[in-house]
Amino acid sequence: MIADIGYLSLLIAFGLAVYSAVSAWYGHRKNDLRWVESARNATILTFPLVILACGTLVISLVRSDFSLEYVWRVSSRDMPTYLKITALWGGQAGSLLFWNFLLAAFTAAAMARKWDQQRQLMPYALVVASITQIFFLGISAFIENPFIRLESVPVNGNGLNPLLRHPGMIIHPPMLYLGFTGFTIPYAFAMAALISGKLDDAWIRTTRRWTLVAWLFLSLGLILGGRWAYDVLGWGGYWAWDPVENASLMPWLSGTAFLHSVMIQEKRNMFKMWNMFLVVLTYCLVILGTFIVRSGVISSVHSFAQSAIGPFFFGFIGIMLVFSTYWIIRRKDDLRSKNHLLSFLSREAAFLYNNFLILAILAIVFLFTYYPIFSELFTGEKGFVGPTVYEQALAPLFAVLVLLMGVAPLTMWYRTSLKRLEMGVRWPAAATAVFVLVLFAFGIRSWGALVGFGIVGFSAILTLLEFWKGTHARMRKGEPLWTAFSNLLARNRRRYGGYWIHLGVIVMGFGIIGVEIFQQDTQMRLQAGASLQMGNYEMVFQGARRYEGPDDLLITEAAVDVYENGRFIKTITPRIEFYTRTGQTMTIPKARSTITEDFYVLMVNWEPTSANAATFRVFLNPLINWVWAGSIIFIIGTLIAAWPNPIDEKATQIIRRPVSAHATD
Amino acid sequence: MKKSSLLVTFVMLLLITLPVYGQNRQVSDDEVNAVAKKLYCPVCESTPLDVCPTQACADWRELIRTQLSEGKTEEEILAYFAQQYGDGVLAEPPRRGFGLLLWLFPIVAIVLGGIFFSRYMASLRETAVSEPVPPPSTIIMSTIKTLTPEQPTNDPYITRVEEELKKLD
Repeated sequence: MIADIGYLSLLIAFGLAVYSAVSAWYGHRKNDLRWVESARNATILTFPLVILACGTLVISLVRSDFSLEYVWRVSSRDMPTYLKITALWGGQAGSLLFWNFLLAAFTAAAMARKWDQQRQLMPYALVVASITQIFFLGISAFIENPFIRLESVPVNGNGLNPLLRHPGMIIHPPMLYLGFTGFTIPYAFAMAALISGKLDDAWIRTTRRWTLVAWLFLSLGLILGGRWAYDVLGWGGYWAWDPVENASLMPWLSGTAFLHSVMIQEKRNMFKMWNMFLVVLTYCLVILGTFIVRSGVISSVHSFAQSAIGPFFFGFIGIMLVFSTYWIIRRKDDLRSKNHLLSFLSREAAFLYNNFLILAILAIVFLFTYYPIFSELFTGEKGFVGPTVYEQALAPLFAVLVLLMGVAPLTMWYRTSLKRLEMGVRWPAAATAVFVLVLFAFGIRSWGALVGFGIVGFSAILTLLEFWKGTHARMRKGEPLWTAFSNLLARNRRRYGGYWIHLGVIVMGFGIIGVEIFQQDTQMRLQAGASLQMGNYEMVFQGARRYEGPDDLLITEAAVDVYENGRFIKTITPRIEFYTRTGQTMTIPKARSTITEDFYVLMVNWEPTSANAATFRVFLNPLINWVWAGSIIFIIGTLIAAWPNPIDEKATQIIRRPVSAHATD
Repeated sequence: MKKSSLLVTFVMLLLITLPVYGQNRQVSDDEVNAVAKKLYCPVCESTPLDVCPTQACADWRELIRTQLSEGKTEEEILAYFAQQYGDGVLAEPPRRGFGLLLWLFPIVAIVLGGIFFSRYMASLRETAVSEPVPPPSTIIMSTIKTLTPEQPTNDPYITRVEEELKKLD
């Protein structure tokens, strides 16, 4: 009964999205604002309707209403309530409905605000956003319908996929989806600018914060996914270049390129066409990413034909690509920039180098991700690209990118003299040389590590100097250190938020090099009471016990004493989780974690009957926590950059006032 | 006749004992994992064989252990799995045939992209010669820059800070 209400509201929402697209277009054509206003109201109304649809599905999940196929598929009676709620995004149909919820939230929020300042853009933005909504609501309502009923009601459900029962997995998908759906807004406004021919940077000003917020959530999603893999998947790492991971990395990369190149347009009014291209690319990569994750096309081309949504997604991406390309080409003369590049040594050139590197990385990730499909199509045999291939191809590009990240802030708009650059890097380069020599003296002999740490260290010095220069300038005017520093951030949020993000990347860089090059691992079968040594650590296997966990879970938990330099530190409890209903096994690692390294222990096998012996896989992950620390710095930086700036707001209002006055005439 | 049958018996005995002799070699888990790291079973998506907890993957690891104990090299074992299950089980696609394209692509992409990019940059630069000079304020800025590069005021941000603070006075 309740589910019927949910399905009905989903259908109404779909109808409203169609109405909104049509009436916004019609109203704009007939120059009748009432139709456009009505379209806007319809779009805003989809949000409560999709909430209602999600709400009824959640209620059905909590009530274990197994007459719904979806509820039966992803939940079971004895699951804890919070997992029943999060099972909303634990399967295909629910995920897509949840995606619709976030899309409706973003669209409604974007349409409810900013209305008065952007009258020319709004009708088209409404049309484009509504088309996206029509597609996703249509998929939910007609193809992957979560409200489909089973003929007979089963006694119990399948239960949630064990991989998704971890807290990290509960917040990771919503973050990614927020990032994905968020990019619809900049795309809608970019297309609106193209179609309306209003190609000044109004659309960029309107969507700047939306882009940054979407990018923030995408970054958060990627980071949480990595942390989840490290804590739960139990293979000693955090990033596997898995197609599903790459699917969210790719829009993040093009979004990063856009966030940089957009500054050239704002400052120099150049590269309008390029920015349009990046927005379109990001949007298409978002849809493609959802498609990859949802259809399982990478694992086999055949699953494409089997999956109901495959052809629809493919068609939609194709249509949007053709639609966007058509408008970019049609407006190409207006997009051509009247300003020119004055020097290869300038801020705008530096942004272009950045874009080139990021797009090269993107192209390689793209090809490697889709290699299995190409291979299967052309040779009939399934192909696979493992992490080592990615690392070999991408490491040099990432190294140059980090180097550029450090040096670019020294350049100025229009042109910079080589001499000035030289002066800027002279002392940091000398300090870096000393740093590398110290590392060498401490016994680091790996060339990759010395070059890598050198580049990251160099960028670290240059970035910190940027903060110091700004703070110092304010201090000379009599501000105390802390005031000067906080004013520096507050007065120029985007710039210093950006540098703060760079700092996060640098700290992550140290961690990534540490794990990549210095990770050690071993595997050994230990009798109870026996020990294993690695680095400064020793672990003693005390024994294991088996007990029943919640639901269908059977847990085997080992007690392992960890000693560091002969001193007892603590007992850790790595465990094997066995889900009896599905027969799935998970090995949950436990670690002794310090700023310098993680001593990371996995129990891979336990032989209770034979000998009370267990097999352990042990990793020593140097600097791994720098990756997480860097991530936190990164997110703080993004928040600084995205935080509303009262000074900027006031300035834009002053500029806008005559424009809006004119528009209402 | 008798002599030859003795020889056959001897050869057969040798054949029987050889593998047994080889199997006596203890293969450590680390040796198995070193090979398993380079393999991905076709069922467990993107989980390297050395850490995959499924039974099928455990069986594969045992197969590697047996082959190692028989004295097979890593290359031979990888080739065996590739031949049995296809190149898709290898962590790195072979550098021949279609797989070679994959290895060449990054180099080709960067070289071609680099050529295209540098020509594009050059074209932007060429047309710049005839361009009217940038706004006066920036010319002054860049002259200050070139004339007195060591002056601390040559950073536009810091100049802005100073202007801002002046206004406050």
